[in-house]
Amino acid sequence: MSPRRTPSGGRIDRLRTIRFIFDGTAYTGHQGDTLASALLANGVSLFGRSFKYHRPRGVLTAGVDEPNALVTVLRGEVREPNIPATMVEIHDGLTAVSQNRFPSLAYDVSAINQLGGKFISAGFYYKTFMGPLIGPLKGTRFWMLCEKIIRRAAGLGRAGHAPDPSRYERMNAFCDVLVVGSGPAGLAAALEAAQSGARVILAELDPCFGGSANWSGEKIDGEPAATWASDVVGELKAHGNVRLLKRTTVWGYYDGNTLAAIERVGDHKDAPARGAPRHRHWTIRAKSVVLATGAFERPLVFPGNDRPGVMMASAAMRYANQYGVLPGEKIAVLANNDSAYRAAVALAKAGARIVAIADLRPDVSAACRKLATEAGAELLTGHAVIGTEGGKKLSGVKLAPFSAASGVSKGNARDIGADCLVVSGGWSPTIHLASQAGARPLWSDDLQAFLPPEAGKGWIGAGAFNGTFSTAEAISEGFAAGRKAAGQPALETTTLPDVEPAPLDPNPAPVFEIKAKGKAFVDFQHDVTADDVRLAHLEGFVSVEHLKRYTTLGMATDQGKGSNVPGLAIMAEALGKPIPEVGTTRFRPPYAPVSVGALAAERFGDLKPDRLTPMHDWHLENGATMYSAGLWFRPMIYGGPGETIEQAYVREAGATRETAGIVDVSTLGKIAVQGPDAAEFLDRVYSNVFSTLPVGKARYGLMLREDGLVFDDGTTWRLGEHDFLMTTTTANAGKVMQHLEYFLDVVWPDLKVHLTSVTDQWAGAAIGGPRAREILASCVTGTRVDNEALPFMGIVHGEIAGAPVMICRLSFSGEMAFEVYSGAGHGTHVWEALIEAGKPFGMVPYGLEALGTMRIEKGHVTGAEIDGRTSARDLHLGWMLSKKKPFIGSAMMDREGLSASGRLELVGLISLDNRPLSGGAHIVEEVDTANPHGSLGHITAACFSPALGKYIALALVSGGKARHGKRAHVSDPLRNRFGPVEIVSHHFFDPEGKRMHG
Amino acid sequence: MLITCPYCGPRDVSEFAYQGDGNRTRPDPASTDPEAWNAYVYDRLNPAGLHNEIWQHAGGCRAHLAVVRDTLTHEISSVRFAREHGAPAHGRRKPGAKA
Repeated sequence: MSPRRTPSGGRIDRLRTIRFIFDGTAYTGHQGDTLASALLANGVSLFGRSFKYHRPRGVLTAGVDEPNALVTVLRGEVREPNIPATMVEIHDGLTAVSQNRFPSLAYDVSAINQLGGKFISAGFYYKTFMGPLIGPLKGTRFWMLCEKIIRRAAGLGRAGHAPDPSRYERMNAFCDVLVVGSGPAGLAAALEAAQSGARVILAELDPCFGGSANWSGEKIDGEPAATWASDVVGELKAHGNVRLLKRTTVWGYYDGNTLAAIERVGDHKDAPARGAPRHRHWTIRAKSVVLATGAFERPLVFPGNDRPGVMMASAAMRYANQYGVLPGEKIAVLANNDSAYRAAVALAKAGARIVAIADLRPDVSAACRKLATEAGAELLTGHAVIGTEGGKKLSGVKLAPFSAASGVSKGNARDIGADCLVVSGGWSPTIHLASQAGARPLWSDDLQAFLPPEAGKGWIGAGAFNGTFSTAEAISEGFAAGRKAAGQPALETTTLPDVEPAPLDPNPAPVFEIKAKGKAFVDFQHDVTADDVRLAHLEGFVSVEHLKRYTTLGMATDQGKGSNVPGLAIMAEALGKPIPEVGTTRFRPPYAPVSVGALAAERFGDLKPDRLTPMHDWHLENGATMYSAGLWFRPMIYGGPGETIEQAYVREAGATRETAGIVDVSTLGKIAVQGPDAAEFLDRVYSNVFSTLPVGKARYGLMLREDGLVFDDGTTWRLGEHDFLMTTTTANAGKVMQHLEYFLDVVWPDLKVHLTSVTDQWAGAAIGGPRAREILASCVTGTRVDNEALPFMGIVHGEIAGAPVMICRLSFSGEMAFEVYSGAGHGTHVWEALIEAGKPFGMVPYGLEALGTMRIEKGHVTGAEIDGRTSARDLHLGWMLSKKKPFIGSAMMDREGLSASGRLELVGLISLDNRPLSGGAHIVEEVDTANPHGSLGHITAACFSPALGKYIALALVSGGKARHGKRAHVSDPLRNRFGPVEIVSHHFFDPEGKRMHG
Repeated sequence: MLITCPYCGPRDVSEFAYQGDGNRTRPDPASTDPEAWNAYVYDRLNPAGLHNEIWQHAGGCRAHLAVVRDTLTHEISSVRFAREHGAPAHGRRKPGAKA
């Protein structure tokens, strides 16, 4: 038998022994133990070292509020740091290590910080490690150097580097009533709501339902409270409309009654069940929420209150009653309220000796005196603990008379031997979720605690959450809350269940701190003492928000669950204000730490879908180097062996101008614009006129934004009287669709037009070059493709290799060119037929680089020039602005600023030093490498032009046309490229368009 | 946040794309009044409280919706098809007016 395990009792399975390892030592425990309870049962009292001073720390609580006993759980190579030992269920093979100690927990070299503790006060590091005012380490540089070392010494657990192999998943759930917390109030609420037919979710963060019923030792209607609880859970299970979630922490309360929860599905098992995730993230949308989240017992602030062996009274009671573990053999009690007396009796019953009960109040009730007698304890009213003895574990406490008015009187101090001191400083309702939902807490002078306000819009509280600490009343509130949440009328009379023993007075004495010599901790996890809080006040901090940030009070992983109210009380005293005037900080999600894995769930790695054209595999098989353009993948070049990118595109573009080339243009955005008002609609959205376009012809169109700047361009084909096929640039396809839909839906709902995105329905191949028409003629059936049947911008329908195609004669390359569209499913088939037909002519497939090269040679604009700042006139597209009709952008495009002189205009550049130009480089009149300045504009796109045999570029340059024929320089200090260029027309090649008109 | 699309039913906000202030009135297309166009293109109301907004159900039926949302609580009090109810539900406000 373990030294501290009681011979009987508790809700653990004593027949099942579990082996686990802590700090390299093997221990045993029982099914139902937490790591904390199992280690306590083995006589372990030292759990970790503190954050700043490396003080030895034990376990303070038995739940999610644990600030001290943080451990790192190891799963293979994966480390999960900062887990409260009170929340780790033991299982065979569990391996955990303590934190923030070197070389070992018992002998920690940094514990020397305790000696210098006077100096390591609030803001110590920031004040001390300020750099000199001058020199290489001036200002924050010195701090940044020191920070690395400080972070190593001060801190919590260390995260691992190994990837987490666990699986996580997300669930969405909907319910009428979400009950948070399954203590007596929560169980009553869930049962009442379920019985009225509501869909109920009951979430409990612990491994078993019942909350305090599992350890209160009370009887409900003659049964042990735990039996009553499991009976209610049995009833709930029988309802088809109830979902019971244990090991589930509801950690966030968001708008629209959306709550976030994390279910720890696999942490308590040796190996996860087949197909089960480690954690499951729940997004729960609840019509109504019952908050039955209970309350936390508060520590008292006194010197040495962090020594291992000091524990919350309710936690000690829970260890005894739920886990069959005694936290000590000789236990002293320090309290400012009645609740600790119950704990004293429970611990005495479990076999401990209660050596003394020190109560801060001058007198206590007869009920308390009776309980003290029952516990066999000496009762010292008007007494306080003013110090603790012992090194790594408690050996004794120092008691002295105390009164709230005059504090400690040291004259009659006495020492009492004890290996455990249980403390109760009153209770703070767990109002975190209500606070997240926007509720402003109200201070109760009676309970000395912040209470939730009246029920909020989407939630209703019950039990200790409301400050209702009697179990009978909590159950009654739970029933009422469950009815109300389910939309049922309240009952006129309720019969309270019979609960034994009778409730004690819940109101504590308004004492938070016992002032005496020594370090008295407010925030255990961040090592914030009462003196730190007072120092912050002396240094001028008055706002509770600043206090929090300056001292880091309440900012550790426990988020101040136990330290918040004592910290506020000390600040309030220093300010000479009542607590409610100092106010409290608002709680924010998460209520307790949440694994990032669960938040991400299956959303990791590359989350973008890949968009592939129908001919994608052909490109790969034929040597294409693919290039990602937004979500799309497009061939960049079809490089031969040993060929550089430049060599490849120069060859491809050259061959196209020489004979013919073919390029995949399936990625162009395509929108079917159909309906009786389609032509009118296009007239309004394009700057030029489309209503005059005959059926069977295409036209190049330009769209402006409402502010008059250029938005997008493309060709639109009139397939029928009421049937147009619009093409957009690849990058803007989605934006154009949304833009058109907005106008149709919101601005012109009277127009009878329907829009359909058909980008993915069509495969497109553009074939261009002097021999393109011959190639097409050799493989197309069902139509002629000569100049008469298929003039420039004409459209014909025919077949290629048995597949129906639509061919439009238009040109981006500047060559005689045709876009051949087929159904996406026929894309590769048609493409291969075209490739085959092109072979005798020496046609080459070409990629984006060659496409770009030919468009630069032609001076066609793309997204690089349509950059959201250019007007149509800047791009020399003023001829496309119709004067006959208003269109989107027409009212704003003539604004002063958009027609001012000196705007950046599209020009061509020729490199005069025969070296490459690159996009982004600036254009200046004269180069001054030491002091680059005076930009006239910048290069938007550059290439080597096989047609001109020169390095050329398109640029946006102030003055534009006026500078044609003039010299300038590129200035590109980042890439150290400077050199002369000639400014020319952007139409480098075949300005009259003879080649494409044929 | 849920938006109850009149066509698709209640859906998560992630399915919707915000399309801006619903209080704007597009001037007569033939008008070149710079004041009116400037107000339409650039002025946005940013009230603390009820706000007329246009949302598109981009991940659903793609309809544009005239939504009245409380910017302080995210509570949505009205959702209608913008096509049928272009006029904001709680009265159109003048551009530039204080909320």
